[in-house]
Amino acid sequence: MPKKTIKYLGVIICLIFIFPSLCGAQKSIILATTTSTQDSGLLDVLIPIFEKKTGYFVKTIAVGSGQAMALGQKGEADVLLVHSPADEEKFVAAGYGVNRRIVMHNDFIILGPAEDPAKIKGAMPAEALKKIASAGSLFLSRGDNSGTHFKEKALWKASGLNPEKEKWYQQTGLGMGQTLSVASEKKGYTLADRGTYLALKKNLHLVNLVEGDAILLNIYHVIEVNPAKWPKVNAAGAKAFADFMISKKAREIIKGFGVDKFGSPLFFPAAGKKEKELGK
Amino acid sequence: MSAPPSILEIKDLKVQKGGILVLEIPDLAIAQGEIISLIGPNGAGKTTFLQALACLIKLSKGEIYFKGGKISANHSALEYRRRLAMVFQDPLLFDTTVFENVASGLKIRGIPKKETKGIVRENLDRFGIAHLLHRSARKISGGEAQRVALARAFATQPEILLLDEPFASLDPPTREALLEDLESVLRPTKTTALLATHDRMEALRLSDRIGVMNKGRILQVGPPGEVMNQPLNEFVASFVGIETILTGQASKKERGSFLVSIMGREIEAVGEVEPGETVVLCIRPENVTLSPFFSQGATSARNVFAGRITKIIPMGLFYKVQLNCGFPLVAFVTGHSLENLALQEGQEVVASFKATSIHVVRKRQVSS
Amino acid sequence: MDLIFDGIKKAFWLLLTFDPEVLSITLLSLRVSGTATLISLIIGISAGAALALSEFPGKKFLVSLINTGMGLPPVVVGLFVTIFLWRSGPLGFLGILYTPAAMILAQAVIATPIVMGITLAAIQALPKNLRLQILALGATRFQMVWILVKEAKLPLLAGVMAGFGGVISEVGASIMVGGNIKGYSRVLTTATVMETSRGNFDVAIALGIILLLMAYFINLILTQIQQRERPR
Repeated sequence: MPKKTIKYLGVIICLIFIFPSLCGAQKSIILATTTSTQDSGLLDVLIPIFEKKTGYFVKTIAVGSGQAMALGQKGEADVLLVHSPADEEKFVAAGYGVNRRIVMHNDFIILGPAEDPAKIKGAMPAEALKKIASAGSLFLSRGDNSGTHFKEKALWKASGLNPEKEKWYQQTGLGMGQTLSVASEKKGYTLADRGTYLALKKNLHLVNLVEGDAILLNIYHVIEVNPAKWPKVNAAGAKAFADFMISKKAREIIKGFGVDKFGSPLFFPAAGKKEKELGK
Repeated sequence: MSAPPSILEIKDLKVQKGGILVLEIPDLAIAQGEIISLIGPNGAGKTTFLQALACLIKLSKGEIYFKGGKISANHSALEYRRRLAMVFQDPLLFDTTVFENVASGLKIRGIPKKETKGIVRENLDRFGIAHLLHRSARKISGGEAQRVALARAFATQPEILLLDEPFASLDPPTREALLEDLESVLRPTKTTALLATHDRMEALRLSDRIGVMNKGRILQVGPPGEVMNQPLNEFVASFVGIETILTGQASKKERGSFLVSIMGREIEAVGEVEPGETVVLCIRPENVTLSPFFSQGATSARNVFAGRITKIIPMGLFYKVQLNCGFPLVAFVTGHSLENLALQEGQEVVASFKATSIHVVRKRQVSS
Repeated sequence: MDLIFDGIKKAFWLLLTFDPEVLSITLLSLRVSGTATLISLIIGISAGAALALSEFPGKKFLVSLINTGMGLPPVVVGLFVTIFLWRSGPLGFLGILYTPAAMILAQAVIATPIVMGITLAAIQALPKNLRLQILALGATRFQMVWILVKEAKLPLLAGVMAGFGGVISEVGASIMVGGNIKGYSRVLTTATVMETSRGNFDVAIALGIILLLMAYFINLILTQIQQRERPR
């Protein structure tokens, strides 16, 4: 009954709850990666294996590539797994990241409604976008500085167009899965990575219209945040994770991931290869 | 001659609210077991005084002594407060059972449950509400609630009981009954009590002394008879129910009595007064007798005046008759007399009152 | 509509089979929001009661701040807490970003103004002389505040339910400071968002239903306590 007793009880209960969370701060790594990587489910398989092997605890924060690199720039993440090569190069050049190594790749595809009002099926990416623009067909962009968004912007640039102010160009600011849902509902075109598309295909009314061109390659790199710039970073943990991601074991898992569920793998391991070598 | 031991002494008490002096009591001693009523209009400071006595508000100046020991704002205040109890106009019961309510003071003092049960029962019995033991405080009448509040107050065996208009919101029969019960508990326990009230009858009934308050001061304090019949000034006079208050100059003095000329009539009063002095005459309406016009009855009253009835106001058990005898005069008559004399408004009657029944206030005595 | 039915079916299936992941997510939701609510009660009720009983210049301003705090957008709270908990932030040394502890912190920040504001109003609504009556019964200041809090039980419990409701359903701050890490800082709300963005709508609906059920049962218990001894 006395208020003091309840106060003490409360404090004790809180400590019991909080303490376990406080412990383990030493052996944890903050991995900043993208929503598409997370949503594919690949990390749910890879990370437990890594954790078991090394005893590290991986905190996977799934944000857009842009935000992941921003976190890396501030030293708020230890290691990045992203797919936005142009910006990654800038990131490393500015000294924020070290040991940028290629991990895997898949590709992007341009999706749209089965009716294909802009008639882009089978075209090259640049041409397809020009057709969409001239037809004024609805195009959904992620608009969230993710790797997908950067790729999409690069494609528009390559086709010489700037859709920013156009009415048919809508930016969702959402993750890949949700943007696909919106595109599906609104019967619009969109750019997505094959992996997410395959995972969500059953719920979508979108079909694969443009694929295969080299420009649509989606390449994933692992970058360790530069401990020289940010001493508080868990450099050892970051290196351990990066090494694991290019290890043989990881390559095996990546190769087989998604085959039984979707018929084809969602990612292709690329460790050790050069970017030029990649492509279908 | 030694005075009975004072349980409370107030010295030079001052309370300020928002920079304004709301209570000023230079000197007051309260004897143990005494019952004092405080009467006065709204805003007179009765509530402030009681709260100051209970150490519930801060004193701007002055001291309170309890049994000789000074009460200061820190530790001694709590101990002192645990030896008194206060009852408000609103019973302010807690949202629980009657038992828990009455036991609350004991719980606060850490008295073990076993003892508590007996004490609660005893106090409920005192106020005749033993049957309400397990009732929820929300489900009892106003009178019952105030009884619970009283039982709760007495349960802690207070040496001082402070009551702030405790019966003001109850109907007259309930008020009556509660007054009786309160008295029957106060006297045997020799509890000192201060009761603030609007009701003069209540004050008269219960008190050893009555204090008349106005504008934060005690204008007069004394035994009821004294205050009611010998008011020290006009305010007290009007407050204690003296209806006729006349001011004039005294003239002719003879053998302890003197005349006062008021609006052309001469009233004879008794007292040690110098000619030329301004005096205030207080005439209680009960002391004015009415008789038919041109009655030849011999009366020992020296003051006999013819007058006209200006208004008759029914006051329940009697009638207030307002007269114009050259000066305004108020008399009380019973319904019986009203009938016998066939009094009506506009009628001419004869009013008489004894010189000795007039209370004289010498203007120089008016203290403020 | 089929999607909703699928979701309901999925919900029952997950519950009946005690799906371990769903179980751990649910327990974590309870743990995090329960602890946060408890903290908010301790701070909110004592501060709210103290404020209600005191007088000082600027009190009105402080009260309006608290009332504004009751409507603090959770996502804004999440943003600020994140910045504080960053390694570069003032509380970075705690190292609790992306842990349940951070979620408890953020949720406590969200819930405390709610509990404080309601406590303030509840105690101010009590009869003015009640405080004096309790003191006249010989109570110490602590005892007085405790008794007043008991007397205001009805609105205070509403405040508890409002505080709890506010945090159990919160998602913006929880994602930002918790990181939605599988098996560690994933709670019902953050999992629902994730499943939705992955397109697993049936799972998302199922999680939503479980969240609703849990919130309902807890509020049922609290309501019982609040409404005990109401007029029969």
